[in-house]
Amino acid sequence: MTIAEAPAPPPEAVDDEPIVEVAAATPEFERAAAKAESRRGFLIALPAYGYLVLFFAIPLVIVAIYSFGTRNRFGDTELSGWNLDAYRKLTEPLLRDILFRSLWLAILTTVICLVVAYPFAYFLATRTPTIRNIMLVFVMIPFWSNFLVRNFAWRVILGTDGPLSTATSAVGLGDTRILFTPTAVVLGLVYGFLPFMILPLYAAIERIDLGLVEASRDLYASGWQTFRRVLLPLSMPGVIAGSILVFIPSLGAYVTPEILGGAKSTLLGSYIVTQFLTARNWPVGASLSFTLTVIMLFATILYFRKGGRTL
Amino acid sequence: MGTTVTDTAETEPPVSDDRPGESAVGIRGITKRFGDVVAVDDISLDIANGEFFALLGPSGCGKTTTLRMIAGLEFPTEGSLTIFGQEVGTLPPNKRPVNTVFQNYALFPHLDINDNVGFGLKMKKVKKQEIASRVDEALAMVRLTHMGKRRPTQLSGGQQQRIALARALVNRPKVLLLDEPLGALDLKLRQEMQSELKSLQRELGITFVFVTHDQEEALTMSDRIAVMDRGQLLQVDPPEAIYERPANRFVADFIGQTNLLEGTVQDATTVCLLNGARIPLESGLAVGTQVAVILRPERATIEPRDAATAGRSSVDGVIRSITYLGNAIVYRVGLDWMELDVREENRPDSHRLDVGEDVVVSWDDRAVAVVSE
Amino acid sequence: MSDSTARPRGKTKWLLSANAVAVYLFFYAPIILLFVFSFSDNRNVGTWGGFTLGWYRDFADNEPIQDAIWVSLRVAFITTVVSVVLGTMAALALERFKFRGQRVFDALLYLPIIIPDVTMAVMMLLFFSQGLDIVNGLFGTQAGKGLTTITLSHIAFCISFVSVVVRARLNGMDDRLEEAALDLYATRWKTFRHVTLPLIAPGVAGGALLALTLSLDDVVVTQFAAGPGSTTLPVYVFGLIRRGVTPLINAVSVVMLAASILLVLLSVLLQRRGDNAPAAPAVPAGEQPSVNTINQ
Repeated sequence: MTIAEAPAPPPEAVDDEPIVEVAAATPEFERAAAKAESRRGFLIALPAYGYLVLFFAIPLVIVAIYSFGTRNRFGDTELSGWNLDAYRKLTEPLLRDILFRSLWLAILTTVICLVVAYPFAYFLATRTPTIRNIMLVFVMIPFWSNFLVRNFAWRVILGTDGPLSTATSAVGLGDTRILFTPTAVVLGLVYGFLPFMILPLYAAIERIDLGLVEASRDLYASGWQTFRRVLLPLSMPGVIAGSILVFIPSLGAYVTPEILGGAKSTLLGSYIVTQFLTARNWPVGASLSFTLTVIMLFATILYFRKGGRTL
Repeated sequence: MGTTVTDTAETEPPVSDDRPGESAVGIRGITKRFGDVVAVDDISLDIANGEFFALLGPSGCGKTTTLRMIAGLEFPTEGSLTIFGQEVGTLPPNKRPVNTVFQNYALFPHLDINDNVGFGLKMKKVKKQEIASRVDEALAMVRLTHMGKRRPTQLSGGQQQRIALARALVNRPKVLLLDEPLGALDLKLRQEMQSELKSLQRELGITFVFVTHDQEEALTMSDRIAVMDRGQLLQVDPPEAIYERPANRFVADFIGQTNLLEGTVQDATTVCLLNGARIPLESGLAVGTQVAVILRPERATIEPRDAATAGRSSVDGVIRSITYLGNAIVYRVGLDWMELDVREENRPDSHRLDVGEDVVVSWDDRAVAVVSE
Repeated sequence: MSDSTARPRGKTKWLLSANAVAVYLFFYAPIILLFVFSFSDNRNVGTWGGFTLGWYRDFADNEPIQDAIWVSLRVAFITTVVSVVLGTMAALALERFKFRGQRVFDALLYLPIIIPDVTMAVMMLLFFSQGLDIVNGLFGTQAGKGLTTITLSHIAFCISFVSVVVRARLNGMDDRLEEAALDLYATRWKTFRHVTLPLIAPGVAGGALLALTLSLDDVVVTQFAAGPGSTTLPVYVFGLIRRGVTPLINAVSVVMLAASILLVLLSVLLQRRGDNAPAAPAVPAGEQPSVNTINQ
């Protein structure tokens, strides 16, 4: 929409106003009007733009810079001699283990969420609107509840004196010793991120014209075949969106492993934090953070390439 | 400057009382380019005060862009646009004395009907009491008096359309613009609204400019029609002239059904068709010009082959298919070099012809027109 | 839809229903258990020992916790206000205008959503360390990290989330309405005030709720951006948890939970009133607040 302000705006009343001098319509005027509009848009964007450049882009650059620094004897960072030491450290066995362990857990979490969420989303999409809305509200409630608390709840439940333990003991299975194992972490991650998988899946399935499913049935396909050949391909954007929304936070998870995981199996998030708080090796922490970010970025770009919509 | 043509014995519509000599909308050399695309290509026309004017054409022809330029929602790339003599081309829409009825009504969903209709008045800082009375007046005009407190979503399509109309008219604009106003309505409703709009315009005397791709609608409602295609203005004339004397093939084909019989100008009074037949026609074109004779299906008569057709031009053919329309029957007749349609009213005494039958199609030579391009 | 073959029936329906029930149980059982055990008179959080309100009394009397709550609220409030204003402006700029560098801005706006929390925390730590050194050097001040730095960090990631929600709303809005307003003599500003703003209000409210929640929930970024002496509730509780699970923490958790649930219900109610249609969840399904920042 091309709008500009007239040089001498006529008064509000429209009857009997004097003939007003108005700019002629020329390509130059059009361009000038477009430019003015453009400038207006830029000014409106400026506060947020400026804020993000200052408090986001620059910090990100600083992290990148630090990742090329060296840790001196006192635990401070020397930025003078640029080197790739911090990145080389990432290829050491310890870090490779951590990286793979984190990747593995993140993938496991994503897959479990997918397997559980898809049938749920399909069920949800095939309810009547009233029921659907009620069900959605009840999915939203845990979604919006405090994340820390939700992890804490599992800490309580999985404890050796916790209710789960009491239950299994009563049945004769002995104490549960899930806490502080990778299983607990996966459990916590799935618990935390399942809504992130449900919602995009639901949105994608809901968009599918279910007449196509009916058509598939009409053409003799079984339920499984219909799922494989009709539903799944058509809901793929939702699958991808949900997977990314679960994979990314799972990979960089910190709170959940800290609360539910053990010291034995360190994950990326915890390791990075220790570099800053205890081990005082800022360059390595920075390089790891940066690498993590780059992985995430790739995953997201991949998603958009596959024709994903706004997250 | 066009004159309003009426085809019945009606009086001319009352003309609004300002600047009676000026055209309501003056368009001179208006061009609109979007990057490399030329949406409107150097058009000029005048819309008279009190006219019901139609911009007609297929999608993409530039009619909506032209309307938007009159409204101020787009600026022309070049040219002059005046409203009652005042140059407005580069004025923003909120400073022009025109109002628009949008295609999907664009009623504000978060406001009730009263606030919707009174929106423009409120923006112009009219006093509350006056707003209230004028809104009531406008609602009465579109016969929706008790809908004031309702929301747009609670109204039917036809009602929403009338509210959109009220919202525009309450501001007493000098020109009312309508963008495909009846597109979303079903047939019956559309026909109702057509006559309502027409009588409303007559009553108010305001200049109406509306955009449509439905040529029947344009023919029914307008005083004059501007036919556009691909950004260009092809013909501006009253409906009768558009129909009877189209300026070119496109207009002939776009308006109503038509058969185009190709041929060449043989001499001042004859046109020679492709099959060699000579048609008495004063084309006024140079000898040798490629032309098309425009034969409307309802102007042709169809009879069994041996029927007499004295004094009329005719061609022989075979019936290829028959379409029954209830009030009419359309015969598709295959000639040696083309097919043409003949439309006959479905009367008890109409011929009962069959597919495959040999027939002769004839017409009164005064009932055809000829175009060159 | 009622008799469509797309609707699961028979064995499939039974399986899907069972799955749905299981998921809801999975979601709510821990929350309910937590709630129940907060009344348990037993030092061991997971064991029942008779009914008591003692832990809640402890909670009310605990000064560090009350201080932390107060800090959290202040930070969240300012964060919400600022990020809603900036986020809405960003959304408007992207959806209703075209300008040079718009794509860069769009990309920049997305980054905080996909970036891992830990990285964000690291970024803030390094930035403020450097930044404060510079500022102190220039002005001879002794400023350290604290409430300000926490708030600044929160705003940094909240703006993007608000803008995503508001953009969705702007996108879904018929922009002919704004043209209609102009046609009816409204100025640009009046168009915004009387047409655009009311129509995106649910989006703005949704964005505000999102920002509020993200700020109240955040742990890592706050931890790294905070200084000695100022801490938010989640960070404080997180610290407590690592030292050991106590019933006090349980009580605090339930209070936090109740607060967030109340917020959700409030927003759902407002949504129902706002649109005249059956309520959609506070964040339209399909526009997910993504990733990390929810609270790692």
